[in-house]
Amino acid sequence: MRRIISVLLENEPGALSRVVGLFSQRNYNIETLTVAPTEDETLSRLTVTTTGSDRVIEQITKQLNKLIEVVKLVDLTEGAHIERELMLVKLKATGSQRAEIKRTVDIFRGQIVDVTSTVYTVQLAGNSEKLDAFIQSVGTSGVLEVVRTGVSGIARGEKVLSL
Amino acid sequence: MELLSGADMLIRSLQDEGIEYIYGYPGGAALHIYDALFRQDKVKHILVRHEQAAVHMADGYARATGKPGTVLVTSGPGATNTITGIATAFMDSIPMVVLCGQVASTLIGEDAFQETDMIGVSRPVVKHNLSVRHPEEIPEVVAKAYYIAATGRPGPVVVDIPKDMTTPNERYEYLYPKKVKLRSYNPAIRGHAGQIKKAVDMMVAAKRPVIYAGGGVVLGKASKQLADLAHLLGCPVTNTLMGIGGFPASDKQHIGWLGMHGTYESNMVMHHSDLILCVGARFDDRVTNATEKFCPGARIVHIDIDPASISKTINADVPIVGPVDAVLKEMIGLVKESAEKPDAEALAAWWKQIEEWRAFHGMRYETSDTHIKPQEVVEAVWRLTGGDAYVTSDVGQHQMFAAQYYKFDKPNRWINSGGLGTMGFGLPAAMGVKLNFPDDEVVCFTGEGSIQMNIQELSTCKQYNLPVKIVNLNNQALGMVKQWQDMNYESRHSQSYMGSLPDFVKLAEAYGHVGIRIDKKEDLEPKLKEAFAMKDKLVFLDIYVDPYEHVYPMQVARGSMKDMWLSKTERV
Repeated sequence: MRRIISVLLENEPGALSRVVGLFSQRNYNIETLTVAPTEDETLSRLTVTTTGSDRVIEQITKQLNKLIEVVKLVDLTEGAHIERELMLVKLKATGSQRAEIKRTVDIFRGQIVDVTSTVYTVQLAGNSEKLDAFIQSVGTSGVLEVVRTGVSGIARGEKVLSL
Repeated sequence: MELLSGADMLIRSLQDEGIEYIYGYPGGAALHIYDALFRQDKVKHILVRHEQAAVHMADGYARATGKPGTVLVTSGPGATNTITGIATAFMDSIPMVVLCGQVASTLIGEDAFQETDMIGVSRPVVKHNLSVRHPEEIPEVVAKAYYIAATGRPGPVVVDIPKDMTTPNERYEYLYPKKVKLRSYNPAIRGHAGQIKKAVDMMVAAKRPVIYAGGGVVLGKASKQLADLAHLLGCPVTNTLMGIGGFPASDKQHIGWLGMHGTYESNMVMHHSDLILCVGARFDDRVTNATEKFCPGARIVHIDIDPASISKTINADVPIVGPVDAVLKEMIGLVKESAEKPDAEALAAWWKQIEEWRAFHGMRYETSDTHIKPQEVVEAVWRLTGGDAYVTSDVGQHQMFAAQYYKFDKPNRWINSGGLGTMGFGLPAAMGVKLNFPDDEVVCFTGEGSIQMNIQELSTCKQYNLPVKIVNLNNQALGMVKQWQDMNYESRHSQSYMGSLPDFVKLAEAYGHVGIRIDKKEDLEPKLKEAFAMKDKLVFLDIYVDPYEHVYPMQVARGSMKDMWLSKTERV
C-alpha cells in the first residue's frame, strides 16, 4: 500500500543522507521525497511516499524513529489528510494545439506560466493522480519536459506534527 | 575557566569520561591529538599493528565490562581500516566510540591526501556519527558520543575530527557537560505496565513455556533478574549465541543454546512450546530457520529496548519495549503477587518430555583413537580453566565448538562476533579483555584461517605484555566452508584449503612468545596444562584436530526449528 510519512528532522548536515541511506540499506522503496526547512530553523520537514506491506511500513517507521536526528514522525495515510504535489510541464504548443492545451489547463485548474511561440510551460498542483491525469490528457507526445516536486502532506483537522 | 586547544580538550574529555585505555594508531590528521595524549598520563594508549584490531580490542573490552570502548585513528586508511570492526560492534550492539582524524575542514571535498568521507562511509554501520565543526564543540560532541553509544540499544558512534579543530595554539574555554540531553533521542526506561501484566498472565497460564534469552540480557545486565524469573516460572531457558552466560549453563533449567547449531533439546522445546518469552533477542535467521515454519503453536512475548527489533521477522503477540532488567523486575513482582500459579502438572509433563529429548541427543560427538577431536580440546580447556575464563573466539567451526562445549555460568565471559561473523576478531578481542583483567585467564579459540587475519597483533601482545592463551584448532581447512561444501556441494572443496600454512610455533617464537604444537591425542591434556601453567606468557597452542569433523546439530536449511542433522548420517 502507498503511504505518506512525514518526518521532523534536526536541520543538520548529513541528516537527510541518513534517511535516504536507510531506505536503500534496508531495501525499502522511495517514490517521492521532499525536504525543506520549517518555521523553526532547527528543524526540517521531510515527506516521503513509499509502498510496502504493513510489516514493511511498520519497520520503516520504526527504523526512521531510531535515527538519532529524527525528532518525530507521522504516517499521514493512517488518518484523513491533504496531499499536494506541484508540477511544471513544458508542452509543445503550436497551431491548433495552443487552444486545446489552454482548455485542458483550465479544466485542471493549472496556469500557463511561460509562453513562447512554440512552447507553453504549465504549472499544476494537486494530488499525484491529478498530475498523472493531466499528462495523460495532453498526451505524452507533446510533452517536452516534466518536473515534479514530490508529495507534501498535512493532516486534516486539528492534528499537528510539531514538537 | 580553563583555556585548552581542541586536541587537549579531546583528551581532557576522555579523562572526564573516565576512559583509562584507548586503542589506536597515529597518522597525519591525528597528530595534534597524539601530541596532547603524550603530554598527560591518565589516558593510556595501546598501539596496535592494524586499525581493525584496535576496534576489536575496544570491542572485547566493552563486551567484558559493559562499558564503551574507545578507538583513536587517523583519517583516510586509518579510518577505513576500522570499518569491519565497527560493523562487528554494530551487529552485536556493542557500545564504542571511534575517534577519527580528518583532513582540515578547508580541504574537505578536495580529495586531499588521506581524505575519506568517514561520516558517509561509516553511516550504515554505526548507531550514530558526529563531526566536529568548531573546536569549542569538542567536549559536547564527546559527551554526546558516549551517551548515545552506551544508552538504549548500545552501538558504535564515530566522531570525525578535522585537523584544524585540534590546532595547538588556538585555545577555547573547556567545560565538560555534566549531562547530555537530546530532544530526538529518548530510550525507554521502563516497559508498558499493561503489556507486562498481560505477558505475565500468559506466562503463568502456559503449559509449555520457554524463555529465549539473547545478548540483550548480557548487555542489559539482567542475568540475575532472568534467573529469578525463570526459577519462579519453572520453565526451560535457552540462550542465543550472543546470550551465552546470561543464564548459567549449570542451572538445571538451562537447555543449551538454540538455532542453527543449538542443542537438539532447545530447538525441540522452541518448536513445541505454546509460549515463548523472548528477552533481548531478535529472531535472527540463524535462530528461526524458515520463518514461515517457526514454532507453529507458540504465542510470543517479546521484550526489547529497540522497538525495531520487535515484529521485524517474527510477529510478537505481546510486544514490550523497555530495558530488560526493569521489565523482568516488574514481571518478577507480578508473578509473586499473582493469585494464579504456574501449572505444576503441565510443567512436570513438559519437563518429562524435555528430559526425553535431552537423553535422546544432548551434546555428543564421536571420539577417535587416532585424531584429536576439536570438541575434546574445548572440554579440556573448560576443565583446566575451571569454567571461569574469558573466552573469545574467531569465526567458523571452532567458534561453534567453543560455544557448545565450554559451559559458561557467568555473563560477559563468552566474547564472539555473532552478528557479523568477523574472522580475525578473536585475538584482538582477547587482548582487550586481558589488558583490563590482567589476573583473569583469557583464552582465544581460533582456527588457522581466522588467526591469520589479525596475526600481526602478536607483536602488540609482546609490547604490552598480554599473556593470552591462543588455542588454534588447526584442521588445515576453512572448516565451516568445507562443512557446507560437504553438505551442499558434494564435497567440492572450492578454495577451502590453504596450502603452505606457517609453522605457528616458530611464528609465535618470532614474536617473542611461546608456541606449542599438539598433534597426538595423549599429549593434549599434559601440554594444555603446561601452557596454562605459564601465567605470564602468551602461549600459542597449535592443535591438529580431526580435519573431517562437522559441527552438529545443524538445522536443515529452509526447515523448521525441529529439522536437524544430528550427525553426518542422522536427520530428524
